[in-house]
Amino acid sequence: MSESVYEHLTSRLRLNRPIALVTVIEGPGLGAKLLVEPDGTVVGSLGQADLDRVVARDALGELAAGRSSARHYGERGEARERVVSVFVESFAPPPRMIIFGAVDFTAALAATAKLLGYTVTVCDARPVFATARRFPMADEVANEWPDKHLDRVGGDLGPRDAICVLTHDAKFDVPAITSAVRTEVGYLGAMGSRRTHERRVERLREAGLSEDDLARVMSPIGLDLGARTPEEVAIAICAEIIALRTGRVPRPLRDTEGPIHVPLQEG
Amino acid sequence: MKEILDDIDRWRDRGHRVAIARVVATEGSSPREAGAAMAVSDDGEVAGSVSGGCVEGAVVAAALEVLAGERERGVITFGYSDDEAFAVGLTCGGTVHLYVEELDW
Repeated sequence: MSESVYEHLTSRLRLNRPIALVTVIEGPGLGAKLLVEPDGTVVGSLGQADLDRVVARDALGELAAGRSSARHYGERGEARERVVSVFVESFAPPPRMIIFGAVDFTAALAATAKLLGYTVTVCDARPVFATARRFPMADEVANEWPDKHLDRVGGDLGPRDAICVLTHDAKFDVPAITSAVRTEVGYLGAMGSRRTHERRVERLREAGLSEDDLARVMSPIGLDLGARTPEEVAIAICAEIIALRTGRVPRPLRDTEGPIHVPLQEG
Repeated sequence: MKEILDDIDRWRDRGHRVAIARVVATEGSSPREAGAAMAVSDDGEVAGSVSGGCVEGAVVAAALEVLAGERERGVITFGYSDDEAFAVGLTCGGTVHLYVEELDW
């Protein structure tokens, strides 16, 4: 007996491989399934070849953005028609956070990022500080210079991923930020006092960063919550990451109006 | 859906049939996003969740109806525009569209 659509789906999910599951939820072929993988592999059918082709293309886009949504088509995949409704469910790997600097704030940030579902890497060039024993919550601890690390993995980072530079030492910060702005990462934050920040901006300009590059750096890092302890600072950083993604200006809900939950806008 | 696979496998290994309810769209204020999923076995076990708790009971009932052949697979809507929503109490005031089907694929 050949593998069912569900078996194919779960085999990929258990390996943490990205895959999109398309289901006809209204119209002809109700319940029909199509699986789409990033290399273009397609399993199953919605019952009409043209529809399969158009939906597979759209599903790849949704998968790349890590987004799930209902979409509507004509019987042969025509746009702006509503004969067939499908639900595209994206199973994308978890977003990644890379924390540069094995400092006293790192463990709390790594733990908070894990809570939010990130795959967390702690990277520090100093092997004495960056050990798996000090950061058991991290998925990976790398003893590497930040620029070398990003040379290796930076190409895989996208809008859902985050880089937090906690070293606040120009020797590490400058190469880390200079490499980070060359990635597609959605959040880039750098720790430091306002004075540290000003000096760092000068060094980054000297290193050739444009004003657009500098505008991407959230520095000093985090929302103004009055946070002091490493745990509080971790919350301030993660809250800033969420607010940047949702485009909200953080204020108490008591003082705002309108819907509390808005549809996810990603990608 | 990933987080409920182990429960689904366990139920199916024991010979049970399973229905899945997935959030396919939301409007207004709604706590769970598209993709939130709940599985229900034919003996009434539940895994996962599709709301802040307000429509879970009604969704389980609908899933059991699908397994019993009393309801077709398809989209069910709960929301402020729907009398049923008041009955089950969608407290957040939004609308949620769920697709419910038997896992027979």
